[in-house]
Amino acid sequence: MGKYLLRRLAINVILVAIAASLAYMLAATTMNPRAAYEGRQPPVPEAVIDATLDAYNLNDKTPVLERYATWAKGVVTGDFGKTWNGGSVNSEMGRRIMVSLRLLLIGTILGFALGVALGAFSAVKQYKLSDRLIGVSSFVIMAIPVFVLATLLAIGTYNVNRGLGFTLIEYTGEYNPRLTGWDQFLNRLNHLILPTISLSLGSIAFYSRIQRNMMLDVLNQDFVRTAMAKGLRRRTALVKHALRTALIPSATYFAFAFGTMFTGATFTEKIFSWHGMGAWLVDSINQNDVNSVAAVTFFAAVCILVASFLSDVLVAALDPRVRVN
Amino acid sequence: MSILEVKDLTVTFPGGIEAVRGVSYEVERGEVLGIVGESGSGKSVTSLAVMGLLPKNAAVSGSVKLHGQELLGLREEELVKVRGKAISMIFQDPLSAFTPVYTIGDQIAEAVRVHQKVGKDKAIKRAVELLDLVGIPNPDLRAKAFPHEFSGGMRQRAMIAMAIANDPDLLICDEPTTALDVTIQAQVLEVLKTAQQETGAGIVMITHDLGVIAGMADRVLVMYAGRPVEQAPVDDIYYRPRMPYTMGLLASVPRIDGEEGALVPIEGNPPSPAALPPGCPFAPRCPMKVDMCDEEEPALVPFGGGRHVACIRAHEIEHKGLTGADVFPVPVIPPSEVVNVPRAERATVLELDGMKRHYPLMKGAIMKRRVGTVYAVDGISFDIAEGETLALVGESGCGKTTTLQQIMQLEPPQDGRVVVLGKDSATLDKAARKALRRDLQIVFQDPMAALDPRMPIGDIIAEPLRAHGKKDVAAKVAELLQLVGLAPEHAERYPQQFSGGQRQRIGIARALALEPKLLVLDEPVSALDVSIQAGVINLLEELKNRLGLSYLFVAHDLAVVRHLADRVAVMYLGRIAEIGTVANVYDRPAHPYTQALLSAIPLPDPEMERTRKRILLEGDLPSPANPPSGCRFRTRCPKFARLNEAERQRCVDEEPSVVQQANAVDHGAACHYAEEIEVITASDNQEEE
Repeated sequence: MGKYLLRRLAINVILVAIAASLAYMLAATTMNPRAAYEGRQPPVPEAVIDATLDAYNLNDKTPVLERYATWAKGVVTGDFGKTWNGGSVNSEMGRRIMVSLRLLLIGTILGFALGVALGAFSAVKQYKLSDRLIGVSSFVIMAIPVFVLATLLAIGTYNVNRGLGFTLIEYTGEYNPRLTGWDQFLNRLNHLILPTISLSLGSIAFYSRIQRNMMLDVLNQDFVRTAMAKGLRRRTALVKHALRTALIPSATYFAFAFGTMFTGATFTEKIFSWHGMGAWLVDSINQNDVNSVAAVTFFAAVCILVASFLSDVLVAALDPRVRVN
Repeated sequence: MSILEVKDLTVTFPGGIEAVRGVSYEVERGEVLGIVGESGSGKSVTSLAVMGLLPKNAAVSGSVKLHGQELLGLREEELVKVRGKAISMIFQDPLSAFTPVYTIGDQIAEAVRVHQKVGKDKAIKRAVELLDLVGIPNPDLRAKAFPHEFSGGMRQRAMIAMAIANDPDLLICDEPTTALDVTIQAQVLEVLKTAQQETGAGIVMITHDLGVIAGMADRVLVMYAGRPVEQAPVDDIYYRPRMPYTMGLLASVPRIDGEEGALVPIEGNPPSPAALPPGCPFAPRCPMKVDMCDEEEPALVPFGGGRHVACIRAHEIEHKGLTGADVFPVPVIPPSEVVNVPRAERATVLELDGMKRHYPLMKGAIMKRRVGTVYAVDGISFDIAEGETLALVGESGCGKTTTLQQIMQLEPPQDGRVVVLGKDSATLDKAARKALRRDLQIVFQDPMAALDPRMPIGDIIAEPLRAHGKKDVAAKVAELLQLVGLAPEHAERYPQQFSGGQRQRIGIARALALEPKLLVLDEPVSALDVSIQAGVINLLEELKNRLGLSYLFVAHDLAVVRHLADRVAVMYLGRIAEIGTVANVYDRPAHPYTQALLSAIPLPDPEMERTRKRILLEGDLPSPANPPSGCRFRTRCPKFARLNEAERQRCVDEEPSVVQQANAVDHGAACHYAEEIEVITASDNQEEE
């Protein structure tokens, strides 16, 4: 088992290297960081621009392979280079990962837990009114793009707040910098409410459909009947035997989603003005920020491969049938 | 006093589908009640209703009393105290009956802990004891194994262990051995008897297998279309049936000890529970039907001697002493002309010579590496003469299907030769292979899965004709449909509009479309009910004689084989154990495996079942990836156990090959110490006069 995991790990490292290199090449050849300096008033002399860009390893006059070599050398030692205006990509990334983590950890876990619960409930109540309601709402939510949903939520909250005359729920930003201590913590939580709802609604809808199907497959299996024939209550049999078995496929989806979540919330972050990884990708593309784009992509590749690794481990842990001796 | 009293139980599913229509029975302590019926007769639904395990949309009425306590309408809190404690249930398919993600030991311990206030360690200890009781070797180790690590027979033993964990008063067994091989079935039935002795429980045994019931039951209830049609002590049901359905059912069972010749089929199909005929539901299929039968459904009335019959002509049957063979028309099958020519002078249609098929055993997800070899078929030889049926029998995993696949592929085998109609498969090019396929066709086991549900059956049958560029397809399809007993008008219909037996006939028509010389039949009747099965067996027999076909017939049901085959080859772990004419192999089996196999088959004859001595085999089939050295059967061989040290050594060192028996023509056995013995006593009259 250990040897198998090590081999998987080695393959993943190679895949990350390939993905990040391709992304860097694409960004370096198509983006033009020089534009940010050229249009300035008063005009900056070309020699100065060249010197600045050289310092940041962004000069398009240097051959792309040479820039790549410099970049790659830095990445190997843990340095992702400079942003377009000379900031450290590393420190920016560190900050933004924490922002995304705070926002998305809750949203993803909540989405999974509620989605699975709703899906299982829906399967048990198949064709009843509650099942149909859950089904229709899931499809409606899945049909609405997340930016529409998030905007609607923000507008709705704005109106509620105005109607009430005070800010019940915050609808923009991460926190209020003027508060401190306990108030600050509560304020941060308040700021989390809306983006978390907009993030998790989609996952709830998605997981509830998956889990409903998985659960339906399992519900009519003999082992659920056996569990009840032993004398377990229906509810116990459903949770302990049916749901536990039906959870295996959803758990693999979840492991995957967990890996992609850091970069997956671009719209939500932009709309609620959270400065996370997703928003960064959009911003850095706008700013022709080659090194930042490469860093985000590198990070995304790592996340996805870690996630696939995790989902393998998780399946092995949950399902004795696939466990490798 | 009876443990369980069921009165006027009815179960109706949404849409007015009356699955069970008034079932009454009682079970006493230590008694075994057999419930027999074909699929759709309502036998399983009845027992699920007793357990309260039917889906909520099923409307259940009547009365189910356990020790005088009414169970129907009981709230869940009360019901869970009864389930698994006073009544336990054993289900048909032991693979799906265990939750795949928990260990066997944990699942049995859970059953203990639901009803007894004991700690976790104690419950696990009890689980190990129970596993030991049902004969699982190394129970403390095996308790930690997951369901998929158990073989089918072991799982069913574990299921029994779980069912008796709380010392139940009543055990309901729903087709407990249907999914198992015969030798394993014999073991499990033995365990069930032990379990009954241990707990003194009453047993309700639900099955379609009249042989299993004959050996187990004290009383039998026969169900048809959701109602009991006859109920009597076991001997009366088998020797003096008084309801035409029971009579027909008994007459249609192929018997391993019976004489050859046509079986007696019951015409037609069981009625759909959504559209029952007026009057007696069996009337449309009954040869004794009179006008009065259509007027009113006869009630199950006492008949004397603890018997109950639901037939208005029961007294007449009793008076005249009629049997199934008297009542049901015995079809006449034209004799084969080929048989007149001695076998040696007939052409050989199929010849296998030392054929091998090994599969590599791979491990690893990405980097695959070979860790061993599965010896699926390890050198088998046989031949089939024109107009002859050779049956290949053996338990699952013995290599029957692999042999078939190798023959059907028409590719060169890994080792040995496959010669079809005089052509060696190693020498065929693409065109020759296609031409040869015309003469070699197959009928599959599962008639539901073998027909494309979106194709009218006319197109299904026409497909091979078109593929080989035949003309006048429509006329040929009509002719084929008539040949297998269907109407030409049916060509426009889709497979789902036909019953199982009819679908298998369609499969046969498709196989016959190209007028093949050799037909490969892969378990063609094992998915069918007995009354339907008889009709298909007769059809196959008739087609063979009329069209001069040869069959390679693969089956696990030795009774069906006795009826259909001329010669039989018994396979064990990829090798042939015994081969010869049916009469030789069945009446004088020489290989210990054949002897055990034959003795494991339950006979639909209570008297013989009671007096019969079984040769029980120990354990399960070894893995074909790691067969024992020398004789492959020696690890389970009852004969090996009786040999002395020197004699045993030969079995360990030297693999026996098939040797012709000295005193017989066409009878070979692969055993160093082959000795012919009689395992089944032939019975001439199936029913008492």
